[in-house]
Parts: sequence; structure tokens; C-alpha cells
Amino acid sequence: MKLDPALRDQILAAVPSLRAFAISLSGNVDRADDLVQETMLRALANIHSFQPGTNMSAWLFTILRNLFRSEYRKRRREVEDADGSFAESLKSHPEQLGRVEFQEFRAALAQLPAEQREALILVGASGFSYEEAADICDCAVGTIKSRVNRARSRLAKLLAIDNPDDFGPDHATRAVLMGHDN
Amino acid sequence: MNSKKMPPRSDMKADTAEQQRSGLNREIQAKIGQQLRAMYDDVVQEGVPERFANLLKRLDKPADEGKS
Repeated sequence: MKLDPALRDQILAAVPSLRAFAISLSGNVDRADDLVQETMLRALANIHSFQPGTNMSAWLFTILRNLFRSEYRKRRREVEDADGSFAESLKSHPEQLGRVEFQEFRAALAQLPAEQREALILVGASGFSYEEAADICDCAVGTIKSRVNRARSRLAKLLAIDNPDDFGPDHATRAVLMGHDN
Repeated sequence: MNSKKMPPRSDMKADTAEQQRSGLNREIQAKIGQQLRAMYDDVVQEGVPERFANLLKRLDKPADEGKS
């Protein structure tokens, strides 16, 4: 196939953020890169259905998110406690989480339900609006808002209670998280 | 990417009353936001791995190339 150079550039430009999204979803760099590759293959095979002038990044995120969710559903059928086994595997293989300074945070993120995790990342890190995130996740804007809020509350609890000494770059952060003044 | 804009501040109204109860909670939420973006941007800054640039290059060819 011959790809419009403008579209090719838009796809390439989205790859770094797609990888960050995929790693945050799956908690595993290798699996994430496979997801990104599969996303690119799907996108190229269906490039005719992309409407020029619309948001390429949002289109690719939608493809990747759907791939991840269908894989997730498949695993869920195989392993009943999908969330639990994911968290367990991260505990026994922390190197999957990448750089040490983010391991604590990634481990907490991995304990969130998938729908809350994806909503929080899309809005809080990828920079999508609530409306765009709702389109990507194929749900109502209000649903995204409540998922993001629940994700934030849950993360606050996990990070504050579980291991406050390991979270945050400095003492002030720890003091805040532990709920007392210095 | 072309969608770097942040959600409008008015969306903060959606926060629960519980979250608004104390400044401490806001501090924690701010730290979580920072940590989330730092973790994410750490990957974004790695750019496009060669694997994906090559994949696009390989696929971006006339369909019949290499067949004859």
C-alpha cells in the first residue's frame, strides 16, 4: 500500500504517546510494544476509514484501547481473577514496571479496575478532554468523570496507606501523604 | 500529537464533596497528577523506537513491490 505522507507523519507522531498509554494499561513494556505494533497494523489496514482532518491520535488510541480490552476479556475467561493475577505478577516481577522511581506508582495503578485506569490516564496524562476520552472508551462523558474521580480517590488511598515512605520525591510529599505536618 | 489541551477547570466541579473537604486531599491529588504525568512523559520522551519506524517504512510500499 502507499500511505499519504501526511498520515504517515501523524501516525509516527502519535507513537510515543501510544506507547506510554499501552505501558500504563498493561504494566509491561514488551506487551505494550506488541499492542502498539498491532494498533499500527490495524490502522494501516483500515486507513481508508480514517477521516482526514479529525484527530489521528484519538483514532489510534481507540484502536489500541479496543485491542487491549478484547485481549483482557480473553484473559479474563482463562483466569478468573484477572486483576488480582496482574497485580501479583507485578509484585513478583517488579522489573516489568520500568524505572525504579515509578514502580510504586505503577504498582498502585495496576490495582485499579481497567476502566478506571484507562480513564485516568487518558484525561490525566494523555491530555484528552473528558469528551474525547468518552469517545475513545465508547461511554458517556459523565461515566468518564466518575471513573476518573474514583481512580483518583483509590490511588490516594493506595499510595497513602500502603507504603508512604516510598512514594514521592521528597520529605514534604511524604509528610502530606501521611497526613501530618513535617 | 495535537491534543495536548487540558480539560477545562470547570470540570473540577465534578469532584465529590469528600474530595473537596480538605486541602490535604487536594495536595495529594496534585501529587498524584504530577506523578502520573511524570511516569507517562518518561515513556513519551523515548520517542519512536526503531522497530516502529521500520514497520511503517516496510508497510508503506506499493502493494506489488517485491512480488515480481
